[in-house]
Amino acid sequence: MEAINNLVAGGAVTDVLFYVFAALTLLCGLLVIVNPFSRNPVTSAMFLVLTIISMTGLFVLLHAFFLAAVQIIVYAGAVLVLFVFVIMLLDLKEEQRRKIKFFGLVTGIIAVGGILSAFVKSLAALPPAAAEPRVEGDTNALGHLLFTQYALPFEIVSVLLLVAMIGVILLSKKKLE
Amino acid sequence: MHVGLEHYLTVSILLFCLGLLGVILRRNLLVMYMSLELMLNAANLALVAFSRFNNRLDGQVLVFFIITVAAAEVAVGLALIVALYRKRQSAHVEDLTSMKL
Repeated sequence: MEAINNLVAGGAVTDVLFYVFAALTLLCGLLVIVNPFSRNPVTSAMFLVLTIISMTGLFVLLHAFFLAAVQIIVYAGAVLVLFVFVIMLLDLKEEQRRKIKFFGLVTGIIAVGGILSAFVKSLAALPPAAAEPRVEGDTNALGHLLFTQYALPFEIVSVLLLVAMIGVILLSKKKLE
Repeated sequence: MHVGLEHYLTVSILLFCLGLLGVILRRNLLVMYMSLELMLNAANLALVAFSRFNNRLDGQVLVFFIITVAAAEVAVGLALIVALYRKRQSAHVEDLTSMKL
């Protein structure tokens, strides 16, 4: 018991949890785009759900509890259901393997290499952490900020949702004039 | 080594690169769209990490807005894909090269 308490106090458990969730996120993210076993879009969607759920673990480790809940409700709950629904609606066949274009591969590698090198360069310039992080992203603190300092963007986003809803209804009518 | 900001940023950038590769290499519209979601999520993770290690909550508010806008964007984008599929009977980018419907 003593040993466990010491581990928790030293942050060793959260460090291990970080590595577990980070590995899970990256593995599932990789399986979304290249799955050696299946080319079915439904499989990709399911691995996207797993990616998002393991990312929720990272959010909790960062003490962003409200965002973790929102991530589960909005992404895993609404967005992915929409994805799977559309895949079923379109009745997509299993995608046949087409040869990956050489040009696409080269462009992708160059783009990724550029981003990674820029990242490594900026990581070296990162200032050391000033203080021990103590910000808590619970519903109370975030709600207070949302309805005081960020009240105007909050209202604008609600209008945006209305616009998106009307747009989707117009787009999915049978006749596209 | 204690997990700090740079660890979270590394995960975020790797996830972003995965999404980018997915958009460039995959040919299925829906899978490309899922890769876009992956990139958005990578950006969210970076913002939450910055918010935590700078002791400010503003980053998390921004992520809240990004999630809202992303939900709206997914709805509109999927409606567009469904409308396109009705016209062309294909969700493959190589079959969708002309601008005329």
